[in-house]
Amino acid sequence: MSDLSGAADPRAGFGQARSFAGPHLLSHAATAFRVVFGIFIFFLILESVTRLELVPPIYLPRASTVVRRMVELLLDPKFLSHVGATLHAWAVGLALATLISVPIGILIGTSELAYKMTSPLIEFMRPIPSVALIPLGILLWGQGFSMKVILVAYAATWPILFNTLYGVHDVDPIAVQTARCFGLKQAAILRRISLPSAAPFIFTGIRISAAIALIVVIGAELLASSDSGIGSYILFVSSNGGQMDSVLAGAAIAGIIGALINSALGLIDRRLFGWRYLGATPS
Amino acid sequence: MLAVERFHHAYMPEQLVAANISFDVKAGEIVSIVGPSGCGKTTLLKALAGLIRPTGGTIRFQGKVVQGVPDRLAIVFQEYGRSLLPWTTVNGNIELPLRYQSIPSDERRRRVAESLQAVDLSGFGERYPWQLSGGMQQRVAIARALAYQPKLLLMDEPFASVDAQTRADLEDLVATLRDRFGITMVLVTHDIDESVYLSDRVIVLSRSPSIVLAQVDIELPRPRDQIKTKAMQQFVEKRSEIAQMIRRPVGREAHH
Amino acid sequence: MSTERIRIDRRSPRPFSAIQSFAVRYGLGIALVIVWEYAARKAGSIFFPAPSEILHRAATLWLSGPPQRLFLSDSVFQDVIPSLFRLLGGWALAVLIGVPLGILIGRSRNLCDLVNPALQFLRAIPGPALIPIFIILLGTESTMRVTLIAFGSVWPILLNTIEGTRTVDPVQLDTVQAFRIPRHARLWRIVLPAALPKIFAGMRVSLALAVILMVVSELVASTSGIGYRIQNAQIMFLLTDMWCGIVLLALIGYTLNWLFLKFEGRVLGWHRGARGRTATS
Repeated sequence: MSDLSGAADPRAGFGQARSFAGPHLLSHAATAFRVVFGIFIFFLILESVTRLELVPPIYLPRASTVVRRMVELLLDPKFLSHVGATLHAWAVGLALATLISVPIGILIGTSELAYKMTSPLIEFMRPIPSVALIPLGILLWGQGFSMKVILVAYAATWPILFNTLYGVHDVDPIAVQTARCFGLKQAAILRRISLPSAAPFIFTGIRISAAIALIVVIGAELLASSDSGIGSYILFVSSNGGQMDSVLAGAAIAGIIGALINSALGLIDRRLFGWRYLGATPS
Repeated sequence: MLAVERFHHAYMPEQLVAANISFDVKAGEIVSIVGPSGCGKTTLLKALAGLIRPTGGTIRFQGKVVQGVPDRLAIVFQEYGRSLLPWTTVNGNIELPLRYQSIPSDERRRRVAESLQAVDLSGFGERYPWQLSGGMQQRVAIARALAYQPKLLLMDEPFASVDAQTRADLEDLVATLRDRFGITMVLVTHDIDESVYLSDRVIVLSRSPSIVLAQVDIELPRPRDQIKTKAMQQFVEKRSEIAQMIRRPVGREAHH
Repeated sequence: MSTERIRIDRRSPRPFSAIQSFAVRYGLGIALVIVWEYAARKAGSIFFPAPSEILHRAATLWLSGPPQRLFLSDSVFQDVIPSLFRLLGGWALAVLIGVPLGILIGRSRNLCDLVNPALQFLRAIPGPALIPIFIILLGTESTMRVTLIAFGSVWPILLNTIEGTRTVDPVQLDTVQAFRIPRHARLWRIVLPAALPKIFAGMRVSLALAVILMVVSELVASTSGIGYRIQNAQIMFLLTDMWCGIVLLALIGYTLNWLFLKFEGRVLGWHRGARGRTATS
């Protein structure tokens, strides 16, 4: 297959402008520039809209005010302890979910019968929103750390389990058959073929779960009126009235944390599993 | 019909793919372009089609300089599976380019039916491309080009992704189509046998940065036959001649 | 060629294998329910009522109405139906905004890169964190909830649409260019269908997200809805009612997903077919 069909002539005055593998340094710098520029433009748009005061500023403060508050919060040890509490519950819940789902997923994925039996059940359990379980959680485990962790673990289990299951089950049969021809036993096939092949999917499941887990933990804090965590902070400042800048700042910080976590995991994904993307069109 | 003057192309300032390519194609000819991998055959074809603007040189189609895709030019790609649209039927695929040519719908339908018949796929119109085998899909792509009624048909390694049997059938099909409709054809291929079998002339490119090593006239009698023609002395000679040119380690002549 | 001396180990003639496949698919679920029923009766914990109790209570809650209304009781019309409307309304809004916007952004490489950081940030904001803001800006009625649902569930659609638009096969793009198909037609006939599988994937994730957001929006300062009922049950310590709500949510989520898959199967039949086949010459 022609290797030149995907590349684009940068000097083409017409035709589709497609990405091409330019000199790496230049394209990295250009992308970084565009990211920063994009954030800047985004901020400008928000600032101009909020300055229009379509809504009174006590309800919707200027973007610059919110940013200022964000900086203040990030320098405030009390707020940082809230962040810590949230991340703590998030991490523990996520770890728990991983430790439970991955082994179970592998076990089920390797057995055709178990796979067929559990898939329908998982399909049914998946749509249950963990937020619906918050009231139950409150009754069972109170409003503190354990409730958060259990809820997070519950919510995070499904994407990881799901992805592990399918990752292990859908290993390329040709690879498995080749291994069998070479005399590998089931355990070795698992270790050398199935797991490496399923690993990217498992990691994707963890990525998805990480995002969901953050939403669940903050949601739980907010809705269960916990005493610590970003969610509880947001609840606190919103019920005390007139502190919209804090409310928005809290939400924005939560968003940034979530985006950073996602980017970090994305980077790790490309590091560990970059081989998956070789040969695909550069994105 | 087609005049290429000193075509030269570089994707990146240091990556000169084609150095100096010039040739002509007369109306009604079948011309093949062969050369080692990476010599810019596909780049050349895309430039001929107006999909890429060359960094140097001029390409004239019917006397006019090519800027953008010219009218009455059709192209068949190697990856038929990706060129045919999976969400439309075979009929829909063939008809699509015609919709924007101000052709009334009954004329369009007639052309679609005719071209399907020409490639021997009548009755498959309502199928989806992915329901057909690879060879059949490529025939649909050819039918699509046919229905477009081009003056020039460009083909980029069209038979590289099908098996040998199918390839032989498709080669014969293409030759028949030229005889029937008089379409000029430029065919890029890495298969030397195919180039000699099909063409009136073979243009041999050197290794990248490429130049035209030779233009070999093929004077084998027509209609050609897969077995008889390939057994002829002339066929074997031409074929070896071209093969040797391509295999020669010296790719770059002193022409800078 | 003789066909008789081949011993095929066929122990299960047709009717049996149908039962077998049913058992495999639903056996585990049924077994779990039975175990739960038994354990609940034994342990008698109020936190985990037996399935039979839940079913009974559900019937009382929702199916105790007059025959003219399909036996549906008031609470269905007061809570369930409005919740569903908000859910679907918010999701539909997300689709109507997300798809065109996504196509617009996806077509331009520069716009993609420019807008991406903002999108990554906005989609990461946890829905619940936005509730106070939305309440203050839009009140506590349905408008606020639909907007919240729409705002929260637009992201998977938007991002997937952008991705789908960006990654149209270059060979397809070359083809339409080579056949001189005009710009406007390229969008409608090539880019959109090519991106449709990814768009649908985004829509499906959005749907699940919308269910979550619907519940979340009803857990705070609301007077009706499924989420409200669940929370109300919690406050009043009506455990069985709470479980009824949870089961209902699971059913809604599952059914919506199933319906969407059916719909997707219809529209994207060609995609399944195209992916299933590898070129066989």
